[in-house]
Amino acid sequence: MTSQVSSSSSATAEPPAQEPSHPPVIGDVLGEQRKPVKETRRLDRVIIRFAGDSGDGMQLTGDRFTSETASFGNDLSTLPNFPAEIRAPAGTLPGVSSFQLHFADHDILTPGDAPDVLVAMNPAALKANIADLPRGAEIIVNTDEFTKRAMAKVGYAASPLDDGSLEAYAVHPVPLTTLTVEALKDSGLARKDAERAKNMFALGLLSWMYHRPTEGTESFLRKKFAKKPDIAEANVTAFRAGWNFGETTEDFAVNYEVQPASSAFPAGTYRNISGNLALAYGLVAAGQRSELPLFLGSYPITPASDILHELSRHKNFGVRTFQAEDEIAAIGAALGAAFGGSLALTTTSGPGVALKSETIGLAVSLELPLLIIDIQRGGPSTGLPTKTEQSDLLQAMYGRNGEAPVPVVAPCTPADCFDAALEAARIALTYRTPVMLLSDGYLANGSEPWRIPDVEDLPDLRVRFATAPNHTAADGSEEFWPYLRDPETLARPWAVPGTPGLEHRIGGIEKQDGTGNISYDPANHDFMTRTRQAKIDGVQVPDVVVDDPGGAARTLVIGWGSTYGPITAAVRRIRREGGSIAQAHLRHLNPFPANLGEVLRAYDKVVVPEMNLGQLAHLLRAKYLVDAHSYTQVTGLPFKSEQLAKALVEESAND
Amino acid sequence: MIEALSLVPKAEAKQSMKDFKSDQEVRWCPGCGDYAILAAVQSFMPELGLARENVVFVSGIGCSSRFPYYMNTYGMHSIHGRAPAIATGLASSRRDLSVWVVTGDGDALSIGGNHLIHALRRNVNLKILLFNNRIYGLTKGQYSPTSEVGKITKSTPMGSLDAPFNPVSLAIGAEASFVARTVDSDRKHLQSVLRAAAEHSGTALVEIYQNCNIFNDGAFEVLKDRESALDAVIRLEHGEPIRFGAPAEDGLGSKGVVRDPATGDLKVIDVTVEGAAGVLVHDAHAASPTTAFALSRLADADTLHHTPIGVLRDVSRPVYDTEMAEQLEKAVVQQGKGDLASLLAGRDTWTVVG
Ligand code: SF4
Repeated sequence: MTSQVSSSSSATAEPPAQEPSHPPVIGDVLGEQRKPVKETRRLDRVIIRFAGDSGDGMQLTGDRFTSETASFGNDLSTLPNFPAEIRAPAGTLPGVSSFQLHFADHDILTPGDAPDVLVAMNPAALKANIADLPRGAEIIVNTDEFTKRAMAKVGYAASPLDDGSLEAYAVHPVPLTTLTVEALKDSGLARKDAERAKNMFALGLLSWMYHRPTEGTESFLRKKFAKKPDIAEANVTAFRAGWNFGETTEDFAVNYEVQPASSAFPAGTYRNISGNLALAYGLVAAGQRSELPLFLGSYPITPASDILHELSRHKNFGVRTFQAEDEIAAIGAALGAAFGGSLALTTTSGPGVALKSETIGLAVSLELPLLIIDIQRGGPSTGLPTKTEQSDLLQAMYGRNGEAPVPVVAPCTPADCFDAALEAARIALTYRTPVMLLSDGYLANGSEPWRIPDVEDLPDLRVRFATAPNHTAADGSEEFWPYLRDPETLARPWAVPGTPGLEHRIGGIEKQDGTGNISYDPANHDFMTRTRQAKIDGVQVPDVVVDDPGGAARTLVIGWGSTYGPITAAVRRIRREGGSIAQAHLRHLNPFPANLGEVLRAYDKVVVPEMNLGQLAHLLRAKYLVDAHSYTQVTGLPFKSEQLAKALVEESAND
Repeated sequence: MIEALSLVPKAEAKQSMKDFKSDQEVRWCPGCGDYAILAAVQSFMPELGLARENVVFVSGIGCSSRFPYYMNTYGMHSIHGRAPAIATGLASSRRDLSVWVVTGDGDALSIGGNHLIHALRRNVNLKILLFNNRIYGLTKGQYSPTSEVGKITKSTPMGSLDAPFNPVSLAIGAEASFVARTVDSDRKHLQSVLRAAAEHSGTALVEIYQNCNIFNDGAFEVLKDRESALDAVIRLEHGEPIRFGAPAEDGLGSKGVVRDPATGDLKVIDVTVEGAAGVLVHDAHAASPTTAFALSRLADADTLHHTPIGVLRDVSRPVYDTEMAEQLEKAVVQQGKGDLASLLAGRDTWTVVG
């Protein structure tokens, strides 16, 4: 981390802060009437990590800070990180939940490698996160939680606050709990309830430190706790008290400004959006643009359930959501709906895909449009439900019996999930095929600003159902052949029940070309197998774009999915330091873009960073006979760009 | 008009059995009970008078699951055990369709058991025809989840060990709103049950005893042979006393089903003139499933003695797809028709001026 304190510093001209004789009235502080009396420094970017116990509300705190930051106009990227257990044992290392946010006055790509500021709500949070902090980072600790017992629980023999072990950092010891309780002493709340607002106190403090707008959070709290106005007020009070504390206490001598990133963004209206939300919106949009009813069959699974929740809220768009008895029924119902003419989908994660594979094979055989959304997580088996990984690529490609090719698309950033959903729908509808969309936990829960598209600019996905016979029999009668293909796309007609004269039967048994009748003929099976493959191979996808500014790079780094941010950040870092490296990123994993072979062969070296053990590298090597080098990590966390840059430089240097 | 089918378009012209026959050659073993069921269904469908294109048959895997290929309607021959799930998606997204599931004892009760029970509890507008031949036919003769204990088959040379399911009991336990049982060879009875099933709103489970003459021939002979059937079959008619066996003086069966006052359970008695009034009157519409369940338990799993056939349970309760559609309508009333642009914009936005 080099660029934390940059740009000019703009200290206020006023004399040093005077201890006010009474706590300032909130209006004074939040309003513009009184200038802050502290030094304000301008930064170009900041990385903050909120860390606490699972029950401390860190995700909510992070979300709120993110919202404030988004509405302020910074570019941002977030990384929530939480345990799989709903309530892991309090005060333990496995129970630590954190939320990292990177925001800047320019365009950024990742949630950042190392936090500039850590908010540690208890000893476990400090211990679990300290290794990620660079020297000089600021640490705000809730001293109230640093009791002997709590420290012993995580193996601190002596208090790290006193033993000098934190010397390299700027530590702000703050009795967050006590201050919160004190601020709420007139609220009538029981001490336990009052203590729970300490995350809002912390949020208020950080909001002061970074000049975040506050109205959003206050109205959010009032809405969230509309049914419990006393709790709402307590949270607002704690939030304001945190702000005032920053403003008044001597320990915080400096606050910071990060200007909006206006120049980094093309003109437009923006909002902040997480990957799962963008994906859900993309699906609703696909339903609207195809003018087909959307049908989701799903079984709850982390980290995909949010999409089920979100789509369930949009019944007014004609969206049907079906929570099935299991993963198999979820995709089964979706396939049934697809047969009936819905734009059908199922959402899941890796273990669910494994269960669905037989039905995906049926969909391949029936040649019906179907979206399979896989929000990947650490595997195998139950693996790491709340951590990210990209290890389902080969499952998506090959995880079925028989020759069962399926197009695969992958979004590269949280906001890109929206476009990827539309693209998956385009392929499914155009080619009458199941399509696999591979997102992951990092994209799903991470968020970033998104330029809200104009609805008219979204792709037109309307389809034509078959309405009339398409074949004349030898005796001159008109028939409907369900497997008579479009010569261009090789797609078969989609004739939905209710269409008179097109009654037909389809199934998983091999079908005769054209008629679709059961056929065990060897030559026909050979033909049908090759035709199904040819259809997927022939899916039109855009060429992959190579970013190689000087044109002089000898190494190409190529990735797919959520590694886009870290790889791009690493590439920028290398270029900033004078290195040259070319970058390409794949949205389409099956089929690959037509120019991919040519692109790969144009470079002396191809490096493939992946959060698996080299699945894309494997595919590239197999298909293009290029010596693709894998650089892999399966820690459940995204790559850190600094580390990745180093590795890329090393890989380029090796011969 | 049948309410359960009120949304399904009607055929313009009068239909005949021929209209429901596809051009595909039927390929069950000669003598298989499936032929009789197919003929019964094909000749029953015209009675409903539904537009053929709005009828869909969905099946899983097994001998019975070839059924859709032979019906000149829309159809899907899917994968093992999953037909109820697939049909649920179809029926709940297309209320203008009459959706039928054809399945077998292995398909519905082994590999697809989960989907079956959930379809029943959900009460989607589906008619499930479960062909029970108490054997695996397509895989050539292994015992099935309805085979009697001790069944000698290729996979159980020393006899099967597991107790069988009684599909009717299972369905009642799974909150089914309609449960019936019939026999392949009794076309009149089979069609009467199909009629009742078609008229029912929600999921209907019809167990059809079907003879597999290759691997389990004569499994239901005791119910078919005139002589033995007298004591083996209990024909249920809603509103009628449950009497069976050789006719008594009053012309009804000499045996009857009564409630045992000591245990509350049902039992079979020889009906006397004085006792006739105490015979249980069948109430298929009883809100409580208790008596229907007790009736289903009268059958002996080994000998099939005292097997009730007919409609055991037919009650009305909320139908899944109807309620799903209502929620969609309600959402429009409450939130207004979905507007994509305002959904995408959300509430917290900021503008960057170029
Ligand atoms: S094996 Fe049995 S059930 Fe299957 S078709 Fe032959 S007779 Fe019918």
